[in-house]
Amino acid sequence: MDLVYLAISATFVNNILLAQYLGNCPFLGVSKKLETALGMAAAVIFVSVLAATFTWMVSTYVLRPYGLEFLQTLTFILIIASLVQLVEIIMKKMSRTLYNALGVYLPLITTNCAVMGIALLIAKKQLPFIEMLVFACTSAVGYGLALVLFAGHRERLQISAVPESLQGTSIALITAGIMALAFMGFKGMA
Amino acid sequence: MTAPILLLVGIAFVAAIILGIAARVFYVEEDPRIEAVVDLLPGANCGGCGQAGCSSAAEAMVKGEIPVNSCVVGGNEAAEAVGTFLGYDVTGAEPTLACATCEGGYRAARKYNYSGLQDCRAALQLYHGFIRCENGCLGMGSCRNACKFGAIQMSSATGLPVFDPERCVGCGSCVAACPKGIISLVGEQTKILHWNQYTQCLSPCRQRCPAQINIPKYLAHARKGEYAAALLTVKANNPLAIATGRVCPELCGTECRRQLQDDSLAINAVKRFLADWERESGERLKVPVAPDTGHRVAIVGGGPSGLAAAYYLARLGHRVEIFEMMPKLGGMPLYGIPEYRLSEEQYNWDIDGVLELGVKAHTGVALGKDITIRSLKAVGFEAVYLAIGLWHGRLLPFEGKELPGIYSGIDYLRRFHTEEEIITGQRFVIIGAGNVAMDCARSALRAGASKVILIFRFSRELMEANPHEITDAENEGVTMRCLLSPVRFIGEDNQLTGIEVEQVTLKANPGGMPDVTPIEGSKEIIPCDVVIQAVGQAADLDAIVEADGIEKTRFSTIDADEETLQTNIPGVFAGGDCFTGPRLLVEAVASGRFAARSIHYYITTGEIPPIEDRQREMMPPAMVDSLTNVKQIATRAVKPMIPVQERIGDFREVEGTISEEQCRSEAGRCLNCGIYCYDQDELPSSETRTATSCPNEPHIVEKEKDTVAG
Repeated sequence: MDLVYLAISATFVNNILLAQYLGNCPFLGVSKKLETALGMAAAVIFVSVLAATFTWMVSTYVLRPYGLEFLQTLTFILIIASLVQLVEIIMKKMSRTLYNALGVYLPLITTNCAVMGIALLIAKKQLPFIEMLVFACTSAVGYGLALVLFAGHRERLQISAVPESLQGTSIALITAGIMALAFMGFKGMA
Repeated sequence: MTAPILLLVGIAFVAAIILGIAARVFYVEEDPRIEAVVDLLPGANCGGCGQAGCSSAAEAMVKGEIPVNSCVVGGNEAAEAVGTFLGYDVTGAEPTLACATCEGGYRAARKYNYSGLQDCRAALQLYHGFIRCENGCLGMGSCRNACKFGAIQMSSATGLPVFDPERCVGCGSCVAACPKGIISLVGEQTKILHWNQYTQCLSPCRQRCPAQINIPKYLAHARKGEYAAALLTVKANNPLAIATGRVCPELCGTECRRQLQDDSLAINAVKRFLADWERESGERLKVPVAPDTGHRVAIVGGGPSGLAAAYYLARLGHRVEIFEMMPKLGGMPLYGIPEYRLSEEQYNWDIDGVLELGVKAHTGVALGKDITIRSLKAVGFEAVYLAIGLWHGRLLPFEGKELPGIYSGIDYLRRFHTEEEIITGQRFVIIGAGNVAMDCARSALRAGASKVILIFRFSRELMEANPHEITDAENEGVTMRCLLSPVRFIGEDNQLTGIEVEQVTLKANPGGMPDVTPIEGSKEIIPCDVVIQAVGQAADLDAIVEADGIEKTRFSTIDADEETLQTNIPGVFAGGDCFTGPRLLVEAVASGRFAARSIHYYITTGEIPPIEDRQREMMPPAMVDSLTNVKQIATRAVKPMIPVQERIGDFREVEGTISEEQCRSEAGRCLNCGIYCYDQDELPSSETRTATSCPNEPHIVEKEKDTVAG
């Protein structure tokens, strides 16, 4: 039951994007079209589960036993960056179709704070393995959900009459703010 | 202090080793050029080229799937760098720019008042838009909003999008945004390869013209005095402007909406003025030519169809050679149309225009005798276009047909242009009533005949010649005798002395020519010393059929696929009169461009794509039966003609060219029609508009410098 709570909290209540505001630049960058948003969402889910697993192992078996927690951020960056590279290389060889579908987004994820944030949160909460997996996966799903919802809004915005001074990024940010407010409604569940 | 350093260095080291091994183990065989091209691209991964990121764009460029100038962000610099790296000539890569076909704008009729979301896509959801015209622009500016480069403005005067050729990069986002499919990317190639579609906004004259010339556009240019732009518009579809300007029967004029109000526009007179304007200036307008593709095409027959095909294939960058059996290029218009309608000197300007594009011509080479299709293919021609025309004049198989003094129409006319002796006589009888018959009759009068009688089996209304040819012939003194059928030729001492004819009556025959019944006892003999039969033409195909096994139809024309003009032999195409039977000059020109399209696709891709929604019939909505708010302005573009007395014994051109002033006032009568809409007078200024043409069509004069290759 705890796992379900964890999942709901990670996806909705503490949505990584709209509650914690992490991974903001791809959120604005690739949310212009539903199609690209879906691709990005899939790539984020895939990478953050993998990254969380590796960083969890490093932090549990290397950093904490030797009291090197202060190096978390540095090591995680290193690990995530090389992991994404590795995934890209392997994917290119093993599955060309998957590579073509996600390939464009992988370099973007290297610098995605949401992936980094998930890894750091897990380390901070010191979650055990199973909880870690569920948390990583559902947080990423939450990210994807917000991204896809937002892309839908932006597609709609493109054909709406927006005052000239608010066009483009500013209306996007306003929309994102309103969406964040809406997501705050989930706080009542906790 | 050492532990953290060791840890970080350790992790980095491990990661580096793993990545290194992975790069080895999972190495994907890739063209090394792809990586090099990726480095040359800006790396924005924007997808503006339509590919998933820069690396797939690079891959597609290396494979040649997308042109090197596809990168929207990198622009010309990136294109040139990639082009130089891959060894392409980028300067020749023609720019394609966005262009809308709608001419309606505010003047288009509304179905209802729309006040919903200001977006074309949204507006289209409600009863398919608020404009009556299926192909009309809704004017909400979805294309403007879609343009990433600010190249589109909605004109407040017309309500139509205006494209800035300097800013447009040809990315195609507006094309994708327009729900009506009005916007397309246009380049020189596109225009040569394009055929009318039902989805386009086509004025009635454009629908009717076999060559599909953009008539309202060239008239709009002519009205403003932009004769170069006007003539280039003509040449986008018809390279023989001098010849068509003189002999075209103006099918376009038969559909002109002006005739509901006053007279149809003298469209061809304007074209003739434009063509003569260029010829008299002595300097030929430059046309854009694509860079050399290295493909070789042989064209058999140097007539209008062969010349047109050669012209467009050369402009598409192919190496073209013409093989002509006669000593001079030009085909039937040269050998069959008399000097007083189209002089050789004038026509040569058109022919030289084709040759100046680098087309090689071999004259005096006959297919089936000196060359065969097989021999052409053996010397490296990838495609062969047969435009051999119909050079065999049919003769009636009557008693006395072997008497000297009986000739076919083309045999008679040809001799004016060859070394052969001209046929002379005192009393001529011409059989037939087509343009060839009129040409023979009028030529005979000029060559010294004292009496020329033209006999025709049907009634006068069924005469096939252009109406003004018939009246001109009559004015010059040709006697027309209709409803007379020839019976036999009469001779004495092996010399033709007359022709026996009998009167006939006609019985209407629904769906065909009327039945002819002779009247008993009405036979008479018309004395004459020359009979010229202009009763039909055929192609002499026996030698070609025997040598190469080409298939022919039961009408003795070459059999080819109507959609591609390809014959039963792959890579061999046929068009013009030898495929359609005797037709107009402008139709031969049209088939030449159509063949060029098929051949271009055949030699570059191996496949000839079908034309979607190809316009064949007049579009029903375009047939209006009345005009509102259009003032009557009678035509003033009457061509000057030399008086009848001066014509006899003289082969000077009978009709002259209209003056510049006439040209401009005539072009000013154009209503700039769309499918439904046309320019109206006396409307509030918000509802009228003046004709404009899309500035992005690249042959606009200002853009010339960019499109003319090296």
